[in-house]
Amino acid sequence: MDIDTTQLWTVIILLGLGSFGLRFVFLGLIGDRPMPPWVLRHLRYTAVAVLPALVAPMVVWPVATGGAMDAPRMIAALVTLGVGYFTKNVLAAIGLGAGSLYLFLYLL
Amino acid sequence: MRSDTPRSAYWRGVRDGAPFILVVTPFALLFGVVATEAGLNVVEAMGFSIVVIAGAAQFAALQLLVDNAPTVVVLASSLAINLRMAMYSASLTPHIGSAPLWQRILAAYFMVDQTYACSIAAYETQPEWTVAQKIAYFFGTVTPICPMWYAMTLAGALIGTAMPAGLALDFAVPITFIALIAPMLRTAAHKAAALVAVALALVLAGLPYNLGLMLAALGGMMTGAQVELWMERRGTWT
Repeated sequence: MDIDTTQLWTVIILLGLGSFGLRFVFLGLIGDRPMPPWVLRHLRYTAVAVLPALVAPMVVWPVATGGAMDAPRMIAALVTLGVGYFTKNVLAAIGLGAGSLYLFLYLL
Repeated sequence: MRSDTPRSAYWRGVRDGAPFILVVTPFALLFGVVATEAGLNVVEAMGFSIVVIAGAAQFAALQLLVDNAPTVVVLASSLAINLRMAMYSASLTPHIGSAPLWQRILAAYFMVDQTYACSIAAYETQPEWTVAQKIAYFFGTVTPICPMWYAMTLAGALIGTAMPAGLALDFAVPITFIALIAPMLRTAAHKAAALVAVALALVLAGLPYNLGLMLAALGGMMTGAQVELWMERRGTWT
């Protein structure tokens, strides 16, 4: 399968510019102008909304299992969540989450 | 823990970003391998990773190119996957929007899931940080993450082998993000936002162009904002 070189570089450059535009749009254009309180109130929840929405399908339908639900991965996700929530320690959550993943991949 | 200088904030960013090497390494390797298999040479694979610097969008663009999709379709689909970057941009603006323009341009270029997630988590726990400290922290998180993205794309393109599947590194993404988000679920508003976002993401997972993610994120943000308002009115918002 040969990809046309001109099309390839057109995509790389325009996708790069477009992605930069999306990343720069608010940071660059609004800068330090004050935003209305209702906007700020929504922005406070950006991280806790986008990132869980991003990973939820990966947890429930892992790519590695062809999309079939997988007990070790589900348990590992819950362990990570629990440790992170109660200890507020990111590294402990990653360590115990990964540890439980390998443990249950081995046991189950 | 307090960080009083931009230098210490920078090093703290480096430390907090370091675990994400686990995520970036397998994905960048895989991108290098997949790009080579699709017929791209090393320069073209590196062009993708340096110019676009966005994992999921790069994979989507490459797949569509292999499928001979028209350029417009390739661009529209891949940019849709990157729409969340505009949300990250908005979310970072109250924190680093007053930094000098050249710093904001660089921060925008290096804005990826991992640098955003680390930075916003740190800014929430360090409200006393100055803009200089926040910018220094951001570039601290960039330091282990983004060069690794380039280097491992190169390695994948040159060596042509990804990480062995037995390592289950596919799950590095969920584990690192969950670990980072869990401590941020401090209030009922944050918990409600995350819960609604997860539920919507699962229900809407079948929508094309990553629309499910965008709608789920918006739904989560609106939920958080509404719960916050409601708690404020009840006098339980601290």
